[in-house]
Amino acid sequence: MSADPKLKARLGIALIGVALAVLPFVVGATFGNSWVRIVDFALLYIMLALGLNIVVGFAGLLDLGYIAFYAVGAYLYALLSSPHLATAFPALFAVAPGWPVWAVLPLGALVAGLFGVMLGAPTLKLRGDYLAIVTLGFGEIIRIFLNNLNAPANITNGPQGINNIAAAQIGGHALNRPLELFGVMVPGVHLQYYFFLALTLLVVFVCVRLQDSRLGRAWVAIREDEVAARACGINTRNVKLLAFGLGATFGGVAGGLFAGFQGFVSPESFGLLESVMVLCMVVLGGMGHIPGVILGAVLLALLPEALRWGAVPVQQSLFGKVLIDPESLRLLLFGIALVVVMRWRPAGLWPSALRKRELAAHGEAA
Amino acid sequence: MRLPSPGAARRHCTAQDTRRFVDILIQQIINGLVLGSIYALVALGYTMVYGILGLINFAHGEVVMIGALSALTAIGLLVPSGLPGPVVVLAGLLIAIPVCMAVGFTIERIAYRPLRNAPRLAPLITAIGVSIVLQQLAMMGWGRNYHTFPALLPVTAHKIGGAAITDLQIIIVLTAALLMAALVWLVTRTRLGRAMRASAENPAVARLMGVDVDRVISFTFVLGSGLAAVAGVMVAANYSIAHYAMGFMLGLKAFTAAVLGGIGNLGGAMLGGLLLGIIESLAAGYIGDLTGGFLGSHYKDVFAFFVLILVLVFRPSGLMGEKVAERA
Repeated sequence: MSADPKLKARLGIALIGVALAVLPFVVGATFGNSWVRIVDFALLYIMLALGLNIVVGFAGLLDLGYIAFYAVGAYLYALLSSPHLATAFPALFAVAPGWPVWAVLPLGALVAGLFGVMLGAPTLKLRGDYLAIVTLGFGEIIRIFLNNLNAPANITNGPQGINNIAAAQIGGHALNRPLELFGVMVPGVHLQYYFFLALTLLVVFVCVRLQDSRLGRAWVAIREDEVAARACGINTRNVKLLAFGLGATFGGVAGGLFAGFQGFVSPESFGLLESVMVLCMVVLGGMGHIPGVILGAVLLALLPEALRWGAVPVQQSLFGKVLIDPESLRLLLFGIALVVVMRWRPAGLWPSALRKRELAAHGEAA
Repeated sequence: MRLPSPGAARRHCTAQDTRRFVDILIQQIINGLVLGSIYALVALGYTMVYGILGLINFAHGEVVMIGALSALTAIGLLVPSGLPGPVVVLAGLLIAIPVCMAVGFTIERIAYRPLRNAPRLAPLITAIGVSIVLQQLAMMGWGRNYHTFPALLPVTAHKIGGAAITDLQIIIVLTAALLMAALVWLVTRTRLGRAMRASAENPAVARLMGVDVDRVISFTFVLGSGLAAVAGVMVAANYSIAHYAMGFMLGLKAFTAAVLGGIGNLGGAMLGGLLLGIIESLAAGYIGDLTGGFLGSHYKDVFAFFVLILVLVFRPSGLMGEKVAERA
């Protein structure tokens, strides 16, 4: 008697659910709570990578300034949930704005999406290469503005960044404080984890539904052959713009979460290399394949920690000193990974069956 | 938030003010011309590669950086020898050029050539990867700190009305002009140049006519990298510093210059480079007055980007480019 496949699938989902639910406690007990923090960051990166995956993976548009939308979301949250505006403009803000998280996150998503549409509108009707370079420039411009908008009006507080950002509050409880539940103390990082997990699952759900929708199929059609897609009656510019805007929206949400989690934002967190890292997650995991992208995000989010624990002792025992610090080793590996994956495994570590078939066919035709 | 009204910046006009205004304007144009010649040299590298392969070689800016830093290392080693300053700089340049050519050749061989027939996104992503790798390798070799360019070249200033131009600036503009003239001669008058133009026009047909397209592409990368090495030394001499991350912004601007002129078009890259240099210099000089002090010259990196967007919206084929159908 073979097991019903439906039952098997349900069992699998239930197992994953239980594993995700106890994960912070297991990690916290074995490695310490600093590792739960790293897991929280991994969830943030999953959201970011899934957002970029809509743009790069589904629609086939290369966005090299994705982190700029993350920055927009983060700074918006920072401004609306910290005393900065009240100290900088006492005439305009008598009390520090303390917007609730359920209002700031959608607002951040909206503003980031608007930025995306503004940037995409002039460039998306052109060849994809231009989009790559324009987004690259845009990422840098946003950083320049964040760095310099502290004078004459102190909006972003310049290179020092904004601190004292209030953590997200749910039901009147700030998520960075421990909560006593049924006699068990649940630390703040664990609460953040559940909050992020819920949103990540929502993002995954939206992505899965988008992929199978009419819009998702239009994206794939454009990615594969834009001229043919247009001939089939797809309004390519609008559909591409939608991909770009939606991707930016996800970035905005993740940015808001980041600001609330970190309690501090500065322009340094939003450099080109961060954009490249998120791109690396998408490319390494498997462009356009949601489980692959999640895998890529988790791997690369854990990589710096692995390098810190692994690369330093290895180098010390081999050469007697640290030749390459973990940070530049990490970036070097990102660069090499991009080149190597494109050369030998263009569909990523965990490609979707469809994409694999397409790429194989392409290789034969060439 | 109280900003001064735009009118406040406009002072009562006297003859002296007018002369001062003209002097500053000329000075900004001279600075822009120097900057623009450097952009033009780098832009040529982008435009030649794009013309033949249809690829944005993101790593080109890093090649400029490697040129600047390897020349500085050579110059640092040669300074104690007591040779005259210009000779030392020339020697540094002659070392940087083959280094960059080797880097350019290697990049094409190991990163881009295997992807010649891959989907469009693949080489773009590879290019970004190469750029990051080169930057990190440079950081490991040369460190995170700024390297200063020793004062070896004459900086005597010549007066042009109230503005001044230094010997160094004259050397930069003349060298750039000379190199560009040589390049135009090479592309339009030699066999190799004809092969390059044929490969850009239609690689398959060029191959049928007996052109070794792979060799032409390699040569194009080597040529562009050689120009990048010269540009790198010029940047280092002009600003007196070099840094492992200097290539990124420079590359972005030079690419903008290439798009402004019409990508794939040699004359366009030169014109675009000069124009962008002058625009940037003027904008950086006057933005404070124009915005009533709200934005300062530290926003100068932003202009290249706005120019890029404006060109893409209103004239995507650039100033000198012809309209080309999108390659599907």
